[in-house]
Amino acid sequence: MFRTALRNLLAHKTRLMMTALAVLLGTAFVSGTLVFSDSVGSAYRNKMAKSLDDVAVSVTAGRSALKEKDALDSRVVESVRALPGVASVRPSVSGTVMVADKQNNPAGSEWGSSGANFVPGANGKDSRYPIVKGRGPTAEGEIVLDAKTAAKTGAEVGDTVRLAVDGPVMTKKLVGIAETDDPKVSAGGSLALFDTATAQKLLGTPGQFSELIVTATPGTDQQKLTAKVRETLPKDAFRTQSGKELAAEESKAIDKETSSIRNTFLAFAGIALFVGVFIIANTFTMLIAQRSREIALLRAVGASRRQVVRSVLIEAGLLGLVASAAGFVLGLGVATGLRAVLNSAGASLPDGPLVIEPMSVLTALGVGVVVTVLAAWLPSRKAAKIAPVEALAAAEQPPAPRGLLLRNALGAVLTAAGVAIMLYITTLKDSGGLEIAMAGSALTMAGVIVLAPLLSRPFVHLFAKATGRLTGISGKLAKENALRNPRRTAATASALMIGLSLITGLTVVAVSADQGVAKMGQQDLTADYKVTSANFGGLSPDIAKTLAKEPGVTAAVPLRSVGFQSSNQPALAYAADIPSLGEVADLRFVSGSPADVRKGTVAVSDQYAKDHGLKVGSPLPMDFYDGEKATPKVAAVYAKNDVVSAVLATPSLLDPHLEKVRDDEVLVKAAPGKAGELRAKIKETLGGNPLIKVQSQEDLRRSEAGSIDDILYLMYGLLGMAVVIAVVGVVNTLAMSVFERTREIGMLRAIGLARTGVKQMVRLESVMIAMFGAVLGVGVGIFLAWSGGHLVRSSFPQYEMVVPWARIAVFLLIALAVGVLAAVWPARRAARLNMLESIGAQ
Amino acid sequence: MSHAAAFPLAQAPTGAVAARATDLSKVYGQGETRVTALDSVSVEFRRGEFTAIMGPSGSGKSTLMHCLAGLDSVSSGSARIGDVELASLGDRQLTRLRRDRIGFVFQAFNLLPTLTALENITLPMDIAGRKPDKQWLDMVVDTVGLSGRLAHRPSQLSGGQQQRVAVARALAARPEIIFADEPTGNLDSRSGAELLGFLHESVRALRQTIVMVTHDPVAASYADRVIFLADGRIVDEMREPTADAVLDRMKRFDAKGRTS
Repeated sequence: MFRTALRNLLAHKTRLMMTALAVLLGTAFVSGTLVFSDSVGSAYRNKMAKSLDDVAVSVTAGRSALKEKDALDSRVVESVRALPGVASVRPSVSGTVMVADKQNNPAGSEWGSSGANFVPGANGKDSRYPIVKGRGPTAEGEIVLDAKTAAKTGAEVGDTVRLAVDGPVMTKKLVGIAETDDPKVSAGGSLALFDTATAQKLLGTPGQFSELIVTATPGTDQQKLTAKVRETLPKDAFRTQSGKELAAEESKAIDKETSSIRNTFLAFAGIALFVGVFIIANTFTMLIAQRSREIALLRAVGASRRQVVRSVLIEAGLLGLVASAAGFVLGLGVATGLRAVLNSAGASLPDGPLVIEPMSVLTALGVGVVVTVLAAWLPSRKAAKIAPVEALAAAEQPPAPRGLLLRNALGAVLTAAGVAIMLYITTLKDSGGLEIAMAGSALTMAGVIVLAPLLSRPFVHLFAKATGRLTGISGKLAKENALRNPRRTAATASALMIGLSLITGLTVVAVSADQGVAKMGQQDLTADYKVTSANFGGLSPDIAKTLAKEPGVTAAVPLRSVGFQSSNQPALAYAADIPSLGEVADLRFVSGSPADVRKGTVAVSDQYAKDHGLKVGSPLPMDFYDGEKATPKVAAVYAKNDVVSAVLATPSLLDPHLEKVRDDEVLVKAAPGKAGELRAKIKETLGGNPLIKVQSQEDLRRSEAGSIDDILYLMYGLLGMAVVIAVVGVVNTLAMSVFERTREIGMLRAIGLARTGVKQMVRLESVMIAMFGAVLGVGVGIFLAWSGGHLVRSSFPQYEMVVPWARIAVFLLIALAVGVLAAVWPARRAARLNMLESIGAQ
Repeated sequence: MSHAAAFPLAQAPTGAVAARATDLSKVYGQGETRVTALDSVSVEFRRGEFTAIMGPSGSGKSTLMHCLAGLDSVSSGSARIGDVELASLGDRQLTRLRRDRIGFVFQAFNLLPTLTALENITLPMDIAGRKPDKQWLDMVVDTVGLSGRLAHRPSQLSGGQQQRVAVARALAARPEIIFADEPTGNLDSRSGAELLGFLHESVRALRQTIVMVTHDPVAASYADRVIFLADGRIVDEMREPTADAVLDRMKRFDAKGRTS
């Protein structure tokens, strides 16, 4: 039987090509993911091992570093350096430094703009930061930048660089350019180096360090040295770890990181493989139907049912093995590509060789073979049912397909159960129930897949009716062909449906969340610009005053906030000048008078008033976090808005409870027609400080929604694989159909159907299948997004379902294009068939 | 070699030529595998005439039909439908010619399994985007005796009925000429006789022109005229054939085949 299987496989090479391609793509995804995560993990580990190579002990300042006796200062450095076995101690200082680029924006990313001290050794060099141009910083007015940042600022050695740490902008002279392998910098951050005294002054406390890195003399035991350092230093004041401990800690973090990436990707690879199952099952069903006489002959000459099944499964296994071996090779390309794609999307994955674990190879091959064999299992059962007598029958036409009654009943039950669960989800009040929702979604999709043959009939009829006028006889023939084998049409369309329902569902939820987020921040904001500090440190009150005087500015309203508790409920109180706040925010008072809000009184939102049983005149007890209390009276109530949430008061009430009087943000309203040019002017007026962020409403929306969009696009990319496999499935089905209908096509050509008509017929069948899958997918996706969205809503009240019809129309158009594209090759084959050979074909 | 013009035709008063081959040759392959299927054949088929082409296997009878029907290309010489030279037509024009001016009945697989009998019958007109002539259609359907079965699919019809649908399809579009390739090859003798009766009747009553390839002397006896082919040449012709006369003629081929 093995030989029969092998012969069959070889005889149907081209017909199995598309199936092999489906398995190949799926396993490429799996192996690509595995190799990618192993490679990245190992690259991270290598990199870390290199950077921790000579770290024997690390001492970092504890939380109580402000206390004099616990300071990580030069006394500590000396006492550690004096220990036997210590080769060197590197006292380092680090913090956030924003360097201004040519447009006075931060040259580095918000989270990666770092500053540190340059620690020259006896030769004047710092092995950690090799200077490639100029020299190291030695005085307060000097700075060294990494090459990338220097290029962004446009400064050459000798030029002046503008930077800010947490306050006003300052200038320093660029004296050198250093190299660094700091991953934060390669990920788009920036590095500024100062001499130690300057770094301490700017980034920490004069005389104190943030970390000591101890190297050991050769032959010293790291563990013992760490213990010794720990003993020497005051207890609990510092955190002392050996290099090995640090490495183990980071290794754990890397594993966690890479395994979460891996599992996410594997989930999508699983979806792709699941889609592949439909194609494999389709192919084997068709092959067995075509081969039924051959199988009957085998049975007639004495092969048992079991041998027939085994032969089919061996064929599937061989196909799976060959395809997944090829898939594994392609997977290596995927792994390389993934790194490039993620890097270009902003992740900074370290370089390193591809790591191919034997486990990855085994998994990829195993998954490929198992999936193919499983998918071929049902068709193989059909093969076993072929009676020996069929070898003798001159069966011109395939036997009438079995009734769909049982299948439809099962589909109806599954769909009903899934829909019922999803409807139950919509009644839930909390966000628990994610697992139930996922089970419900899976059931609904499975049910629709089982029902798809039943649904295909009305859909195809409707589609043909709608397009009949345009497509003529080709459309009619295509319709009949699509209806000829509803199981096959349904299986092919289902493959596409799975990808599209997930894509649609995710799109609807993401777009809805996007709009919710946008609403949350901006719906009540009427200002043109929001000025904030890039390091979240707040703005000096002078900034608002300066901006208010700027020509073209109608209002520049500073807002500060203080947290407080009232009857143990935490809330935020905002301080602002209430009359001018009306110019930058949609602030409507529903009772009381805003003019009455003075020291000793507050305004509250109607929502807050309702929740706490307040009305004009009632006292509001406020417990501030500095331990003070106040009980102002409510003087006015305003309609709830998103700029000032719960409580609005005068600065005179709140300022005493602020550690430092800093504005959270300044809201700027431009004079009519001046908004466009104001941004640059605001930056200029504020001295080109890279710390100052000026955002328009559009910027704000984008920054809030940006990450959702990024995730959505990543999902599109990952689900794209499932769609590609589904397209392969459509090509496969059409190619097989053309093959099966060779004689019919020959006859049609003879009686006068032109080649273009034949092409059109195949193309329209393809489009019908693709559109059927797409419409099912979009329908199921919207339903699941609607019902599942209730989970989001319970924890995110601004969430409201928005169906992005334009984008869904794009999906349908893509499906249409997919249908046309998938038909290109089969249609061309059909049109080129030799008429006479076709009519005589067996 | 006899010439059609030498015999006055009783049933075709117009005498117009529906199809004509002149010095028609068809060669397959090249070099050692070169096979001459037709060797400068000249023949005419007149309007309103039912002609059978006979000959042993490999004599070129099917090739002659394929070349005349625009299903296959010609190596040299000329094949005409009416006064249209087929060799001068491209694929698109040939397709159109087949659609509008020629009807076909094949040995098997004549019908689309997905369409009803009526839809199969009107298929050539649907392809052309023409409305069938209702009266004519009714008459054709009546002639082939399918009135009660128009809504059936091919799988619900017997082999004989399926071939009658095929004949009706060929007749329905009122082509200038119908080519039938072994139309009774897959039928039992009773259904075959019925079908041949319909073909004969369509020539008599509907003034159709039919060219039929067959190897069955009984089938040939329904024709007005039989042309015999051997080794790619026309070797004989018979008017008003009877089954016995045709059989005798064919036996001579067999004898020759055995002795040569």
